[in-house]
Amino acid sequence: TSVTRGFAGGIQTVTIIPGDGIGPEISDAVIKIFDSAQVPIHWEERNVTAIKGPGGKWMIPPEAKESMDKSKIGLKGPLKTPIAAGHPSMNLLLRKTFDLYANVRPCVSIEGYKTPYTDVDLVTIRENTEGEYSGIEHVIVDGVVQSIKLITENASQRIAQFAFEYARNNQRSTVTAVHKANIMRMSDGLFLRKCRDVAENYKDIKFTEMYLDTVCLNMVQDPTSFDVLVMPNLYGDILSDLCAGLIGGLGVTPSGNIGANGVAIFESVHGTAPDIAGKDLANPTALLLSAVMMLRHMGLHDHAKKIEKACYDTIESETVRTKDLGGNAKCSEFTNEICRRVRDQD
Amino acid sequence: MFTTDLSQVAASPPAPKGGRYEATLIPGDGIGPQLLEHVRQVFVKAAVPVDFEIVNINSRTSDDKEVMKAIASLQKNGVGLKGNIQTDHNQPPNHKSKNLLLRTKLDLFANVIHHKCLPGVKTRHSGIDIVIIRENTEGEYSWLEHESVPGVVESLRIITRSNSHRIAQYAFEHARKHGRKKVTAVHKANIMKLADGLFLECCREVASGFPDIKFEQLIVDNTTMQLVSRPTQFDVMVMPNLYGNVVNSVCAGLVGGSGLVAGANYGTKCAVFESGTRNTGKSLVNKDIANPTAMLLASCLMLDYLGLKEHSNIIRKAIMRTMGELNIRTFDIGGSASTQEVINSILHQIK
Ligand SMILES: Nc1ncnc2c1ncn2[C@@H]1O[C@H](COP(=O)(O)OP(=O)(O)OP(=O)(O)O)[C@@H](O)[C@H]1O
Ligand SMILES: Nc1ncnc2c1ncn2[C@@H]1O[C@H](COP(=O)(O)OP(=O)(O)OP(=O)(O)O)[C@@H](O)[C@H]1O
Ligand SMILES: [Mg+2]
Ligand SMILES: [Mg+2]
Repeated sequence: TSVTRGFAGGIQTVTIIPGDGIGPEISDAVIKIFDSAQVPIHWEERNVTAIKGPGGKWMIPPEAKESMDKSKIGLKGPLKTPIAAGHPSMNLLLRKTFDLYANVRPCVSIEGYKTPYTDVDLVTIRENTEGEYSGIEHVIVDGVVQSIKLITENASQRIAQFAFEYARNNQRSTVTAVHKANIMRMSDGLFLRKCRDVAENYKDIKFTEMYLDTVCLNMVQDPTSFDVLVMPNLYGDILSDLCAGLIGGLGVTPSGNIGANGVAIFESVHGTAPDIAGKDLANPTALLLSAVMMLRHMGLHDHAKKIEKACYDTIESETVRTKDLGGNAKCSEFTNEICRRVRDQD
Repeated sequence: MFTTDLSQVAASPPAPKGGRYEATLIPGDGIGPQLLEHVRQVFVKAAVPVDFEIVNINSRTSDDKEVMKAIASLQKNGVGLKGNIQTDHNQPPNHKSKNLLLRTKLDLFANVIHHKCLPGVKTRHSGIDIVIIRENTEGEYSWLEHESVPGVVESLRIITRSNSHRIAQYAFEHARKHGRKKVTAVHKANIMKLADGLFLECCREVASGFPDIKFEQLIVDNTTMQLVSRPTQFDVMVMPNLYGNVVNSVCAGLVGGSGLVAGANYGTKCAVFESGTRNTGKSLVNKDIANPTAMLLASCLMLDYLGLKEHSNIIRKAIMRTMGELNIRTFDIGGSASTQEVINSILHQIK
């Protein structure tokens, strides 16, 4: 079963969830750039706030759910998760609602945006539904807490399969399973065994396995030695942020959450940045590159390439950069420059 | 309020007998035996008053009695130096990591690693000077796993108030003793609200008794991102077991790798010193290319612990001069010298 599906032909509907804080500004930027590239997409805008359904269960608004159920594809800005309020993280709720079991984050060095690391080109694939995030915790006796990490054969098999399929579809050569089976013999052992099993069916892709700590060590010493990495939830959480750090942080890192039958939500992983919201200062790059990932997922490779190139070229030229990348351009100026470069390619 | 008096918890260094100390030496697997042999050479040259009691346990040791002997030796001597013992993770679950067994049986609760840029070593970031204090006995390393139904494994992670409190106390005392300004607690309390919440609460509680030291907290994923972008913002860091494994590996990578970083484990019965990243380096065995620095610096930490500061200073100077001014370095830090050449230079410097 292929996870990337062709949507060639007519105009596709995509659900867009602008989100909070800088969300609306950066979503506008993406829509504008997509217009300039004449991407055959119809945007259906939906707001996502936590509401309580019958029986007191937290859920996302029905209009948003219905839209996603139809379109199968979403693009999402940052959502505010008030720390004190009662509702769970909306990001988590979205993943649960649509069973988005794989979190994919490509980390590619941005030409012209200097960090101590160059030529990074890797992808982290994180199991998104279980592991340490099972949410099962107990106080056994006062002062002793037990939290349960849940690893299942099915989820491990599914994510391993996804990783190899992704590698094959994206012309990547190696999949590395990241684990800690020396300490967690049974849970990580199960994860590892499933990866090995699946690897048997993908002889064209090289398979390696590495301890989490060795990956961390080698990653900061030479990230260019990595290609596709697949791992349980917590390790993926940590490693995907580490890798984002290598290329310049969350402001430039795209992300996709992918589920069964091609359902997917692409998102910028940074927060709502309330300090700069509404000031036309935000950098739309992370959301834009997430939208580019989405185009590839939909099979719209030419449009993806065109927009990605315009974005990278704009950053590389240094004349029109947002503040977080060391420039003084407004979000709108940066957006216009990308639109101009998109049109120039025609 | 819960308090921990560390003077009653942490072992104090053993006293010498007839002016000499006895320490347990566990060569372990891989490059351990070779590197520890070099440590002995250096100790002889520097006239260090330490005698080693060698306990040969490694991955081939199948008798648990041997491991118990090692534990008894460490308890008797109160101090030890150790190479890593390889764990085959394809063995069944009852085949426990011997390294882990030693740490838990001896209650070596505090793993302390100082990450600092060293002379002559090219790194992407300069000015790194971070001390990581890692809880070393519980958390994900609790060895409690079961398959509840076929295909579903539960792994239990245990966080206790007493151990969290103890490690937080250790971190703040370490910070104060070494004139450091800030302690950052690393956690994932947004997800593991009870477990990491408890850890964080203990850190906060202890912090309130140290108004002279700044306290901050940071989520573990953000921590690794911050470390690779702006590592100099960190001073002392304290965290549960697995995060310590991750963060230490990131920091070791930042300052130049496994071959450079020494580690210390302090407990209620003794102290054990080893290479910071605890690896066996099996790809380097019998090639005479392993960097001896991490293990030598670990031996210096042991000498510091025993109060033999003059000896450790002489050895440290020789190490630094060799890799710095003299440009004699192994391959992992951009040199072409063999292990023996590095050792020869160090021996020569000691005079
Ligand atoms: N797209 C962006 N463009 C420019 N700056 C950004 C962007 N995203 C984040 N930042 C900056 O990075 C810092 C942290 O942002 P972040 O969004 O995580 O804020 P936050 O307060 O954590 O919000 P939230 O509570 O929603 O996570 C802020 O100073 C913010 O201005
Ligand atoms: N003393 C050392 N000098 C130089 N390089 C080292 C040293 N110790 C470890 N390394 C390097 O650090 C990396 C990780 O080492 P590690 O020991 O984990 O590898 P390994 O031996 O293959 O794994 P394991 O620990 O499971 O035996 C390897 O690339 C190794 O060559
Ligand atoms: Mg994260
Ligand atoms: Mg945030």
